[in-house]
Amino acid sequence: MLDIKNLSASVGGAEILHDLSLSVGTGEVHAIMGPNGSGKSTLAQVIAGRDDYDVTAGSVTLDGEDLLELDPEERAREGVFLGFQYPVEIPGVNNAYLLKAAVNAQRAHRGLDEIDVFEFLKLAKEKMALLGMDQKFLNRGVNEGFSGGEKKRNEILQMAMLEPRLAILDETDSGLDIDALKAVAHGVNALRSPERSIVLVTHYQRLLDYIQPDHVHVLSGGKIVRSGDKTLATELEERGYDWLKEAANG
Amino acid sequence: MATESEELESLVNRRYEHGFVTDIEMDTLPPGLNEDVIRAISARKNEPEFMLEWRLRAFRMWLEMREPNWAHVHYPPIDFDAISYFAAPKSDADRPKSLDEVDPKLLETYDKLGIPLHERARLAGVAVDAVFDSVSVATTFKEKLSEAGVIFCSFSEAVENHPELVKKYLGSVVPQRDNYYAALNSAVFSDGSFVYVPKGVRCPMELSTYFRINSANTGQFERTLIIADEGSYVSYLEGCTAPMRDENQLHAAVVELVAMKDAEIKYSTVQNWYPGDEEGKGGIYNFVTKRGDCRGANSKISWTQVETGSAITWKYPSCILRGDNSVGEFYSVAVANNFQQADTGTKMIHIGKNTSSTIVSKGISAGKAQNAYRGLVKVMPQAAGARNHTQCDSLLIGKECGAHTFPYMEIKNQGAKIEHEATTSKISADQLFYCRQRGLSEEDAVNMIVNGFCKEVFNELPMEFAVEAQALLNVSLEGAVG
Repeated sequence: MLDIKNLSASVGGAEILHDLSLSVGTGEVHAIMGPNGSGKSTLAQVIAGRDDYDVTAGSVTLDGEDLLELDPEERAREGVFLGFQYPVEIPGVNNAYLLKAAVNAQRAHRGLDEIDVFEFLKLAKEKMALLGMDQKFLNRGVNEGFSGGEKKRNEILQMAMLEPRLAILDETDSGLDIDALKAVAHGVNALRSPERSIVLVTHYQRLLDYIQPDHVHVLSGGKIVRSGDKTLATELEERGYDWLKEAANG
Repeated sequence: MATESEELESLVNRRYEHGFVTDIEMDTLPPGLNEDVIRAISARKNEPEFMLEWRLRAFRMWLEMREPNWAHVHYPPIDFDAISYFAAPKSDADRPKSLDEVDPKLLETYDKLGIPLHERARLAGVAVDAVFDSVSVATTFKEKLSEAGVIFCSFSEAVENHPELVKKYLGSVVPQRDNYYAALNSAVFSDGSFVYVPKGVRCPMELSTYFRINSANTGQFERTLIIADEGSYVSYLEGCTAPMRDENQLHAAVVELVAMKDAEIKYSTVQNWYPGDEEGKGGIYNFVTKRGDCRGANSKISWTQVETGSAITWKYPSCILRGDNSVGEFYSVAVANNFQQADTGTKMIHIGKNTSSTIVSKGISAGKAQNAYRGLVKVMPQAAGARNHTQCDSLLIGKECGAHTFPYMEIKNQGAKIEHEATTSKISADQLFYCRQRGLSEEDAVNMIVNGFCKEVFNELPMEFAVEAQALLNVSLEGAVG
């Protein structure tokens, strides 16, 4: 599925990712943990194609296809989904409109006709029920005046509608109270599937109490310094990150 | 980041699609302006004496006036003697009685614009009074309107058939000496539209006129007069496109609206005149005076405009809230791209008691364009209980454009409630990336964000025109990104 080999990336001349390699198999859930500033969000943004970052070395492929050659929208249509840490507000554009445009962009890419309105609404309502979301959501401006929890839930709704091959969820747990966290985790778990790979980027172990990862990686100083199973997350919770930083530097 | 803004700049740059010239012989006066020219215009239109006198008075006033220079726009001086003041299709003398009699070349022109008259009229149920250059060549749905007692015709026809109405209302909202361009228009106006809706009548359809400037170097001086008598309602749409030209073309129209007691006029404009090329060459100068008079109690006038064209726009659709409890509204989207300059806004003059006005202005600037909102809210001493809410939002695309807001307030009644909100924002790289990550192209993302920004104004347009306006906006901003 996702193969990252010897990836280095910089922003404004400063290198953030150094020689990073990571493989995520089909149907697997990986958690990427690490201290602030370790390059977690950069990694997520580079995979999605944000052009603020210069990829200086390495490769990123999805089922063998070179992602780095594609524009962000092409990656999205190919099934790469990024759940944003800070979903942006788009005043006046209603949620349903963006969702429908996104679904149709993907369908057009696959040579399918546009989804009709009734089919779209049926699908959206189904997914919203799954996430315990109020239908009023559809008619609100995109993220406009949403609470932190609503924004994150909206990201999961988009993911549910788009059914990506690869979903990267960047700090999806940040700023959520326990109820919102449970709701979001429930949504993500519902979307786990043998055909879908999920990468959870998180600072805290708490999210992993609700979404059990198959693998846990620790990112520090722009590279992966340790990988393990979910017990690694528990170990980090107890010991913090410093011992790993030292190990990496040593 | 640098590439992002370069891309933003280039999205606005799609060529003007409606740039072509219809090859029809024109009956055109030689360039220049003097009393003889005015007499010639009046004679060609077989006008009664009072009209000629009215024009001549205006011309004499104009001679003593000066071109205004307070607007936030820059252009080389206009040589008014280099302009021809009358152009009409040759076939004017025997004007067609129905669409079948219309010169097929004219119809072809409308087809190129995507507004096939008959089809449009049939599908949309819209009566179209098509103004080709200066003279109306086709009017449809007249019968249905006359059944309701609504008069909808060219200005020339109104002068001929309803001189008493013209005499009573012409210049009663925008006097001849109101401003330089209004005086010029009063002297030389060639044609335009006339609407009269009698007492208690709700006009059975949207009235619509398509204007089109066609003859090279011919100033366009349209005159529109709409009167809604007591308790009546009318919705009017004005839409424009013009062919590509190298020389600047002057357009100085005057629109007068009169709403009597309990009457309502909704006036919507979608304006798409040639804005000039990427270097700012050519393009229409649009110096327009539009004003509505809420003459009776409980009357309402609502202006909605979507301005995407013209090299220079100088336009302030206004409301005089004379009647008690009268309501004035102004909803505007103004797009300025490349080297376009727009100075537009409104004036709300509160005279009657408990009058209220709403101003929603959305300015979009891209390329090297300058976009200014200029608005006046004036509350007279006798206007007890007056209320105004003004909202001015500016959206910038790229780094070289500008947005300016000039709100003026003259409040002479202590009890007035006046609110003003203003915002300036940019299409952020975050918004674009967010949309692209969801699979939208950069261009679709910009269109979506811009349309969201304009939503409050589009909501005010009649449904079918809102769709058109949205499409027009997308075309206008194509090339601004990507």
